[in-house]
Amino acid sequence: MATSVVPAAEKSESLHYWEGSVEQLRGLVSERAMTGETMLLNMGPHHPSTHGVLRLLLELDGEQIVTCLPDIGYLHTGIEKNIESKTYEKAVTLTDRMDYLSPMSNNMVFSLAVEKLVDLDVPARAQVIRVICLELARIASHLVWLGTHALDMGAMSVFLYCFREREYILDMFEMLSGQRMMGSYIRPGGVWRDLVPEFLPALDRFINYFPAKIDDYESLLTNNPIWIDRTQGIGVVEPEEALSYGMSGPTLRASGVNWDIRKSEPYSGYEQYAFDVPLGEHGDVYDRFYVRIQEFRESLRILKQAMKNIPEGPFRSQNRKFVPPPRAELGSSMEAVIHHFKLWTEGYAAPDEEVYASIESPRGEIGCYLHGTGGNKPRRVHFKTPSFMHISSLGKISRGHMIADLVGIIGSVDIVLGDSDR
Amino acid sequence: MNIPQALDPVATAREALDAIILDSSTFRNETTLIINPLDIVTVTRFLRDTNGLVYNYLSDISAVDYFPELRGPNGEGRFAVSYHLYSMLYNRRIRIKAFLPEENPSLPTVSVVWQAAEWLEREIIDMMGITFEDHPDPRRLLMPEDWDGHPHRRDYPLGYESIMFSFNKNEINKHKPYAKE
Repeated sequence: MATSVVPAAEKSESLHYWEGSVEQLRGLVSERAMTGETMLLNMGPHHPSTHGVLRLLLELDGEQIVTCLPDIGYLHTGIEKNIESKTYEKAVTLTDRMDYLSPMSNNMVFSLAVEKLVDLDVPARAQVIRVICLELARIASHLVWLGTHALDMGAMSVFLYCFREREYILDMFEMLSGQRMMGSYIRPGGVWRDLVPEFLPALDRFINYFPAKIDDYESLLTNNPIWIDRTQGIGVVEPEEALSYGMSGPTLRASGVNWDIRKSEPYSGYEQYAFDVPLGEHGDVYDRFYVRIQEFRESLRILKQAMKNIPEGPFRSQNRKFVPPPRAELGSSMEAVIHHFKLWTEGYAAPDEEVYASIESPRGEIGCYLHGTGGNKPRRVHFKTPSFMHISSLGKISRGHMIADLVGIIGSVDIVLGDSDR
Repeated sequence: MNIPQALDPVATAREALDAIILDSSTFRNETTLIINPLDIVTVTRFLRDTNGLVYNYLSDISAVDYFPELRGPNGEGRFAVSYHLYSMLYNRRIRIKAFLPEENPSLPTVSVVWQAAEWLEREIIDMMGITFEDHPDPRRLLMPEDWDGHPHRRDYPLGYESIMFSFNKNEINKHKPYAKE
């Protein structure tokens, strides 16, 4: 038997206020900072352009960045640890809170991992509903990114337009799940409930309405000389560097690497839809912007195809050992009552094995490593999140740039601190 | 472009690195290679640079704590570290797993192979208390610098904690719900 190695209560004197000196940073910043030749400056954690609570320790030579040390953890909420004490069904609600701009993607990757671990089927109808949700989430997330990114660079009106359109998507999520953001709509085995009658007309209205709005954003930014001046040639990431840093999603594709998990390892029936993967050439801030703008249109293409052929049938798995029976059955079937009771009190057991599932979230590859215990709770769950990898590369990307460009670089890699800190 | 024939990762690795590969398994079409922890850099370099394998992307590094059990090929591994690699050329994944003992769990860093490993390993140093030799920057990442313990260990209780005030800061440790055996 292993023994506990949590340290005893002996380190209470370490709870002091920070009394450090610049000496503690030796090795992390350049030697010039030790003599005061370059300036050390804290950016964040409450700086509006850090998109949450990211803190950057900057070493500045005039306005030029010599070193940039990102510091995360301000939004660490122990989600992975918490999930170890929850059954698989209950843990879904926690995953919503990670990447709070696209909760559907987090639900999806966790559900995929659970389905893989317990070998659970997902009906065709549920798969199409999931694709619709995921693509709507991608548009909503990109809208927040575009609005805030443009706001950081001084374009106020784009922000207002983007949030106006995002509201329509949140309304649709509310129709489906009863919640605008933290829906927990995608669950292991399918989705929480079937499409409501008013959803498809609303989706149809949105699909017809939105293309003109993308043109609006483009007319405001794509050929805007100020925008081009501020973004082209800034924060260039070479493809090899991007792969070494573990970048993924639009940030990686802007460097010209054609990797989209929807194409390479299709999940939830993505292989049935025709869509292109937009690629950039230079890997600068402008390319990362333009790749995401094009992704709006590709997502709309997928949505159009998906809503045309939603198959009839169940919206969640009929395997009663993992998915609760419909409410109506409880009045007439003893087995349904037993399954309902067992699933909501005890949950289901998953094998003592490990799986890794990954999907293409709006920000990149979000992966879920799930290790069962043979019981009803996981032994370990770990989320590989795109924001985490992208923040780790900020120091490298921003080296040598002006401090004003740093704001553009942070915006362009599209980070969400809830995603990185979990 | 002339793409070399894809090779079976398990057979190729077993042939070239006989003593290092301890075991291999497959679950739900996911291949796992269990290796000797000291040779992680050799294995990852081999998988990345061999024609026909080219696992060029590090997806994830995650650590798991088997407390109170001990597992692994020699039956004394409390921790395991899993490296998830992906090959863009052949579109397939592989998991490399190394079991570590309870006393001084430590293995070499792979941040010399992939930059991405630097932060992923820092997270494990912080949350699981596994050290990585020659890590360029082994500070805590998510928890505060003066935090005691490693929260993702299974014997670290999922507990509440009294709110810190300056007047009773010496009593805080007394109220912490440490694991009891």
